[in-house]
Amino acid sequence: MALVQLAEVSKVYRSLQGSDYVAVRDFSLDIEAGEFFCLLGTSGCGKTTVLNMVAGFEPVSTGAIRINGHPIAGPAADRGVVFQGDDSLYGWLSALGNVEFGLRMRGVPRTEREEKAHHYLELVGLKGQDHKHPSELSGGMKQRIQIARVLANEPQMLLMDEPFAALDAHTRADMQRELKRICSATKKTVLFITHDIDEAIILADRIGVMHAGPASKLKGIVAVTLSEAERERTHDRFLEVYRQVHEMIRDEVAISLGRNRDEVANSRMRAH
Amino acid sequence: MNLRGVGTYILGFASLFLIWHVCSTWIIPSVLFPTPWKVILKGIELAEDGTLWEQASASLARIASGFVLGSAIGIPIGLAIGSFPIVRRLLEPYTEFLRFIPATALITVAVIWFGIGETSKVFLITYTTVFIVIINTAAGVSAVAPNKIRAARSLGAGPFQVFFFVGLPATVPYILTGMRLAMANSFVTIIAAELVAANNGLGKMIWDSRLYMLVDQIFVALVVLGFLGFFADRLFRWGIYAFAGRFSPVT
Ligand SMILES: Nc1ncnc2c1ncn2[C@@H]1O[C@H](COP(=O)(O)OP(=O)(O)OP(=O)(O)O)[C@@H](O)[C@H]1O
Ligand SMILES: [Mg+2]
Repeated sequence: MALVQLAEVSKVYRSLQGSDYVAVRDFSLDIEAGEFFCLLGTSGCGKTTVLNMVAGFEPVSTGAIRINGHPIAGPAADRGVVFQGDDSLYGWLSALGNVEFGLRMRGVPRTEREEKAHHYLELVGLKGQDHKHPSELSGGMKQRIQIARVLANEPQMLLMDEPFAALDAHTRADMQRELKRICSATKKTVLFITHDIDEAIILADRIGVMHAGPASKLKGIVAVTLSEAERERTHDRFLEVYRQVHEMIRDEVAISLGRNRDEVANSRMRAH
Repeated sequence: MNLRGVGTYILGFASLFLIWHVCSTWIIPSVLFPTPWKVILKGIELAEDGTLWEQASASLARIASGFVLGSAIGIPIGLAIGSFPIVRRLLEPYTEFLRFIPATALITVAVIWFGIGETSKVFLITYTTVFIVIINTAAGVSAVAPNKIRAARSLGAGPFQVFFFVGLPATVPYILTGMRLAMANSFVTIIAAELVAANNGLGKMIWDSRLYMLVDQIFVALVVLGFLGFFADRLFRWGIYAFAGRFSPVT
């Protein structure tokens, strides 16, 4: 049985004007324990919506999400979340205070949690910054505090919403390597949102591509069976996967930019 | 603030007194509009015989106790209104109705109820403080970014922990802003109350001076009032900076 099961999940947002917006419709997906799953899609297609439902922040409108076979009953410490943007950090706490927050809430003794927090701060490259407050850190540093905060809490699952979007290319490559290492060492199950195809191929066991919104669902799934050595942007097999994913997503980009589905399909036909 | 900042500040104050001097000496030369120099001399005289200190401390003591009491009542109520929609619906009629009845309008009622002693003054200051603090605190709770709460929940925090370790600290800047506004209002209210009915205080001093046409003395009270308000606000801001600067929101 898969660890996470989304069965025909739909999400309808009530708008203040009374008209409803169907963000996701009949979204089905199974994620296996220990799997690294990347969710790819155009802006506004509903990636964060899916993650919020798996995290337990938002109820599903119809359908069901199960974890270990049990329906979700709100957020819990088994699913750590890295948010898109940095408004989830606690401005009144230092970097260290933010990272050890979960451990403190769960009653871990001070010395133990500080040790852990230091370890993960060092891991994300923020050694010696532990007394700084979020307002004194750069965007990329704040993002890494969020990652350290979640890792220090050692959840079974990681739900990450474009965690590396604010990082420069070098730091990002470094963080990708580090995340991959931690996840395979600790057998974490990951739902990772990104809009960067390269990043998805470097990290994922499988990549799910979403349709453009509204009423979005998965368009298809690409299994990435590359070895570590093949996960290089210049490798032939890497490029092959890239083309496959790109093929799937490019029409959705056009649609999300305002062209309708038939129009895109027709122009694709004529081109062949 | 650095030395240069302090210098500019003092210069600003000096110019205020200079303009006053120019106005009272050349533009409106009248016994009814004393020069700053006369007021300072009068002030020194009143300070030396102890009256000034006696009146000012009476007013300040009333402000302090009403302000502390009002904040102590207002903060928990504001937190409850902001946290629970049902409490909001229950209490909003009170806050929305009563906050439009200024404390100054209640002076006569307060004096009838509590007499002209301390109780009526403390009541009025508490009243004026409580609503401003409630409204700002409740607004602060509503302004807490939902992702802060979500993060805490998925890090394993329970509802009480979310309240004490996330909701409360995130609301501190709003509470302090409410208290600062309430402090300014307290100065307005106490003078009005003392003008109408009191045995001492700066307001009473102004009123008595009027009876004997001691214009200099009125001005002493006004200047002292200005400085007291200024320093009270500074002290508060300094307190915020020293003890709660780290509670400022992330951005
Ligand atoms: N709380 C909400 N209320 C109403 N509509 C919402 C809400 N949250 C999201 N939506 C709508 O649902 C759709 C999907 O939003 P979502 O945030 O899931 O997109 P996304 O795929 O994460 O986009 P991005 O890549 O830009 O982050 C959007 O059209 C958005 O306007
Ligand atoms: Mg998103």
